[in-house]
Amino acid sequence: MKRAPGFVPLAFVFALFVLFMYGPMFVIFILSFQGPEGGLTFPLRGLSLHWFAKLAEGLGVVDIGAALRRSLGLGLAVMACTVVFSVLAGLAFRKKLAGGNTLFFIVIASLIMPSIIVSLGIGLEFRLLDGGIKWALETLGMQDTLDNYGTALGLFTSALGAHLTWTLPFGLLIMFAIFNRFNPAFEEAARDLGATPWQGFKHVVLPLIAPSVVGIGMFGFTLSWDEIARTSQAIGDVNTLPLELQGLTTTVTTPSIYAIGTVTTVVSFIVMGITLLLVKFLGRKQKGRS
Amino acid sequence: MSTPTAPLPSPTPAPGRSLSAWWQATPLTAVFAVFFLVPLALILMVSFWDFNEYELLPGFTFKNYIAIFDGCGNTSEMCVTLKTYLSTFKFCFMVWLITLVVGFAVSYFLAFHIQSQGTQTLLFVLCTIPFWTSNVIRMISWVPLLGRNGLVNQGLMGAGLVDQPVEWLLFSDFSVTLAFVHLYTMFMIVPIFNSMMRIDRSLLEAANDSGASGWQTLWNVIVPLSRTGIIIGSIFVITIVMGDFVTVGVMGGQQIASIGKIIQVQTSYLQFPLAAANAVILLAIVLMIIWALTRLVDIRKEL
Repeated sequence: MKRAPGFVPLAFVFALFVLFMYGPMFVIFILSFQGPEGGLTFPLRGLSLHWFAKLAEGLGVVDIGAALRRSLGLGLAVMACTVVFSVLAGLAFRKKLAGGNTLFFIVIASLIMPSIIVSLGIGLEFRLLDGGIKWALETLGMQDTLDNYGTALGLFTSALGAHLTWTLPFGLLIMFAIFNRFNPAFEEAARDLGATPWQGFKHVVLPLIAPSVVGIGMFGFTLSWDEIARTSQAIGDVNTLPLELQGLTTTVTTPSIYAIGTVTTVVSFIVMGITLLLVKFLGRKQKGRS
Repeated sequence: MSTPTAPLPSPTPAPGRSLSAWWQATPLTAVFAVFFLVPLALILMVSFWDFNEYELLPGFTFKNYIAIFDGCGNTSEMCVTLKTYLSTFKFCFMVWLITLVVGFAVSYFLAFHIQSQGTQTLLFVLCTIPFWTSNVIRMISWVPLLGRNGLVNQGLMGAGLVDQPVEWLLFSDFSVTLAFVHLYTMFMIVPIFNSMMRIDRSLLEAANDSGASGWQTLWNVIVPLSRTGIIIGSIFVITIVMGDFVTVGVMGGQQIASIGKIIQVQTSYLQFPLAAANAVILLAIVLMIIWALTRLVDIRKEL
């Protein structure tokens, strides 16, 4: 077959790009399996799981296990909210939604807003809220509660909200893409057969959009799992894994830091793998039905 | 029964219908109201507040804005704020240019040179996978390559090209730009590729038949038709780089100033009104850039 002109140089550019994307990451994975003598750079000294063991013990003052659990918990909560809210909003946008354009504009604005601004705003909001709550407690004379009150900033309050401002725009855009290709004839058929709106959704629409909905869930989790900028000012006293990791880049000088890299990447890939399997399974189930 | 492609039967839907639509949109709306609109309004409000070491003092003062531009009237030496913005703009422009060129080339290759759809999807997915790994991990993965004793320096010394390790590879403007390109080229590729896939292939044949050279087709057909993708990608890259503090921090060795970094440092000292004022200025500048970008293209379209 005759190649179009420019194929060879462009293929070369593409190959270089892929190498550029993957090369450094492979270096990290290899170096995380160094022996106990190993350092931050090549040559590789021995081969062991030593630095993973070190990681499990914790790095200095940082409890990696706890940070990992926090990130997992937050990621799952973000995933659940992203799926439910996006699907509901996707359904709403199919109907005549007064003010729908404004809402869409706000969602897109959140997507392109510099994250530090969103993060700062949410942090401020919750600090002002703290002030308000403390003032209210004092006025009501609830001294005990006041003494025990810390802050409203937290993993499942401010941080969850901060993550949702980042994951929901993606979820909504995916829903738009799904419903653009969706054939409403199936729903009409269900309605003609006497299905209630809820039955129509549960038995007709949901199974059809299920694979993409799983995809939204994956987006939600992985975006949250790696998120730093929006979390940074909005999380309060505890930290998620990426935030701990960002702090550790300046203090940790052993391959342990590469081991965290390997672990977090493996988690991302497991989530992606599960998603792909689920999508495949749901797709097959759908085929079996029709 | 109406045909499936027919528009909705009633042009003015029953009020109950619109109500149920809003009921469904409520959770999403609530999230963006509570975690996006209110916070932005509060930033604007607090940027006019005063503060001391312990607390925020509600009021209305331009003190914070004046403090930011303190000394900027001095012509002999640039003030810190202007310097920081210049440095941020510099990164922004470099990263935008590089990601645009690389992203366009990669998208072009995938969209127009790969004939089989299976291969196309496979190669596209190959490009997107690194995007799913933690940004910090992708940043520090340059350390073993660019560090003082890194692979690049080992290679250069081994080849006898340099006597001493090259120092500017890591924790420098170079490493920051490199990391940005590594992290965010994807934000260019996806929209540009998307635009290119929508281009009617017969237009290319028509250009070819009319005797256009490869470059002419590229410049007069493909680039204008990829416009939307280019603008969307540019907006993403520019807003990310303008507000970034993580990449600049980690890859710059905490030495390089950026406007995002200033905001972060000020909040860590609880100087919220100052940080808020900085955020308002940053937001205004980002909005102006986005506005200019969209204008720029519309003007060209009309010519």
